[in-house]
Amino acid sequence: MSASSTSSHAVPASGMDNTTETPGERAPLVLGTGDFHTVTNQVCRVTEHPNVPMAWYIAFGVSLALLGGLGVAVNYLIFTGVGVWGLNNPVMWAFDITNFVFWVGIGHAGTLISAILFLFRQKWRTGINRFAEAMTIFAVICAGLFPGIHIGRIWFAYWLFPIPNQMEMWPQFRSPLLWDVFAVSTYFTVSLVFWYIGLIPDLATLRDRAKGTIQQFAYGLFALGWRGSARHWHRYEVAYLLLAALATPLVLSVHSVVSFDFAVSQLPGWHTTIFPPYFVAGAIFSGFAMVVTLAVPARELFGLKDLITIRHLDNMNKVILVTGCMVGYAYSMEFFIAWYSGAPYEQFTFINRAFGQYWWAYWIMVSCNVITPQLFWFKKVRTSIPAMFALSLFVNVGMWFERYVIIVSSLANDFLPSSWDQFIPTWVDIATMLGAFGLFGVLFLLFCRYLPMIAIAEVKGVMPQANPHWDGYAKGHCAHGQCSHGHQAHGHDSHGQHGGAPAGSKPAFQDPRPGQP
Amino acid sequence: MTTIATPSSTSGPASTEPSVAQTWGLVARFANPADLVHAAHEVRKTGYRYWDCHSPFPVHGIDPAMGINRTILPVVVFAAGATGCTLGFLLQAFTNSFGSSIWALVWVTGYPFMISGKPLLSVPAFVPVMFEVTILFSALTAAFGMLAFNQLPELYHPLLKHPGFGRATDDGFFISIEARDPQFLRSKTGEFLKSLGASSVEVVES
Repeated sequence: MSASSTSSHAVPASGMDNTTETPGERAPLVLGTGDFHTVTNQVCRVTEHPNVPMAWYIAFGVSLALLGGLGVAVNYLIFTGVGVWGLNNPVMWAFDITNFVFWVGIGHAGTLISAILFLFRQKWRTGINRFAEAMTIFAVICAGLFPGIHIGRIWFAYWLFPIPNQMEMWPQFRSPLLWDVFAVSTYFTVSLVFWYIGLIPDLATLRDRAKGTIQQFAYGLFALGWRGSARHWHRYEVAYLLLAALATPLVLSVHSVVSFDFAVSQLPGWHTTIFPPYFVAGAIFSGFAMVVTLAVPARELFGLKDLITIRHLDNMNKVILVTGCMVGYAYSMEFFIAWYSGAPYEQFTFINRAFGQYWWAYWIMVSCNVITPQLFWFKKVRTSIPAMFALSLFVNVGMWFERYVIIVSSLANDFLPSSWDQFIPTWVDIATMLGAFGLFGVLFLLFCRYLPMIAIAEVKGVMPQANPHWDGYAKGHCAHGQCSHGHQAHGHDSHGQHGGAPAGSKPAFQDPRPGQP
Repeated sequence: MTTIATPSSTSGPASTEPSVAQTWGLVARFANPADLVHAAHEVRKTGYRYWDCHSPFPVHGIDPAMGINRTILPVVVFAAGATGCTLGFLLQAFTNSFGSSIWALVWVTGYPFMISGKPLLSVPAFVPVMFEVTILFSALTAAFGMLAFNQLPELYHPLLKHPGFGRATDDGFFISIEARDPQFLRSKTGEFLKSLGASSVEVVES
């Protein structure tokens, strides 16, 4: 049942249960094969196959229709004004900023998987990091749409950036809204670069397998002439490690800055010091749920069950459980602090949240984010495909409502009862919200079709066969004496090891080639 | 997949081959990462200078085996990060703190923003943007610096058009030795690579 029943030379059976680990022996992450060529084939056949599953066309059609709705709604908004949304005097932010925060949050799981799990040497990330990173980029595109269109006079959107102009007018850098511009645009740029650097070796794989001229040219252009050189891999790994180390504080900063948009204001329900960590935990929570939502159908549809195994999904569900508990803790701590602060407006806001006009949104949020994820304590639930898919959808819904509750309920009932109002979304609000899902779906489905959904090179690097000291190679080779030349550490992760030599320690033999930085 | 021809068919007597000027080098295929590391160790020990290993993923222990020096990329990235941090600060101090003019360079003037009684040079409020610009500069330098040091993009390379070399991005482990290496002698180098356990040794035309 677990890895212990298979010797380290045997090929792990396709569909085996690799969720249980025997101490001292790692459960396999790649099932059904012991050779690298099969892994290449499994991933590449998705992009190379002339036909795609009917489900892809259906999903693409639905996404395209929603995207069309987005186009209509956004154009109507731009030509008419933000009055076409259901905004009113106290509730000046509603669906727009809810969607913005929701989509930025979705993106965070991708960076967590690609950067933070990388720094922690979590090998299982290799199966899911590529499409989680793609999800990040597409989610940030969706997020970036909303601040752009909610400003009203969209033709002045360039005022967000410090561009010299004849009005001698500059952005106000003490505002969290401007920090947001820098945080989100940096986040998008760095995520894109990180994703692309990871893609280069896999694009080279697709280039070398491509049959058609167009594919050869397109993949070849973006593969930049990658030829798997060890001298290139060395710098590549160092760069990858650096990017991971830079993306880690970046991702924490981005949602912290997003939370400052609220926390720095004086509004009861927003003015809270717990917001940065609470928002980051919530972002990872919702993002992992989205990864599960996408991974479950993708692995079924494209036959990637041996690369995205139950173990990967099990691990992600554990992360959902942990971050769900953090979010639940934050909800209760907000209530505690509201009571403990003694501030009547703060106390009113939280009682109003749970029992006021938006009680239904609040309790949707609590049941989807705190109560249902508790089912993930049971391994049966964590490893059941239908259960995790349903729960991940619940989390997505719950996290959308979390932002809705924070934004709308705090604004609708602020200090003066005379200014209270209720927010009722219009069809434009709803079309824009659904349209963002359409935009995301279109981008993601195109990615699934034309780019390697799984990091081929990285998955190969975590297979036991990738280690030169694997038992299967043991006989004879060490006798030649190549083991005496200072391997620092064996078989841990595919990246960063070579760059991991202590600073200042020179390899025993110098590279004699001149001019190689 | 194209199978690589046996060594005897390509590295025969020099007289029947094209002239050395047209030969870019030799490429030898090895069965697995262990053989590659072992062979790389031997090639370096023999004193070759213009040679390389090619693998579908980074192989453990290949750097010490080949004698690859640690890259200076992290130093460059640090410098870029420091530059970004400084520029981030200067941007905000110029646009928000002082009414200074840099008209000699660009026709722009800063503006002293007075916001909620904060000092004009309110450094804590500038930290988030300084941080983001630091990360932006560092990350772009890490990515493009890596490409530059690797001399990529290099869309044309003799190895890329060599039949069978495509396996280097799939499941093939290769060592290439260039003809410009002072020690390179086609027959001798070919024999040497073969003695290291290469399953095939082929001539790469330039």
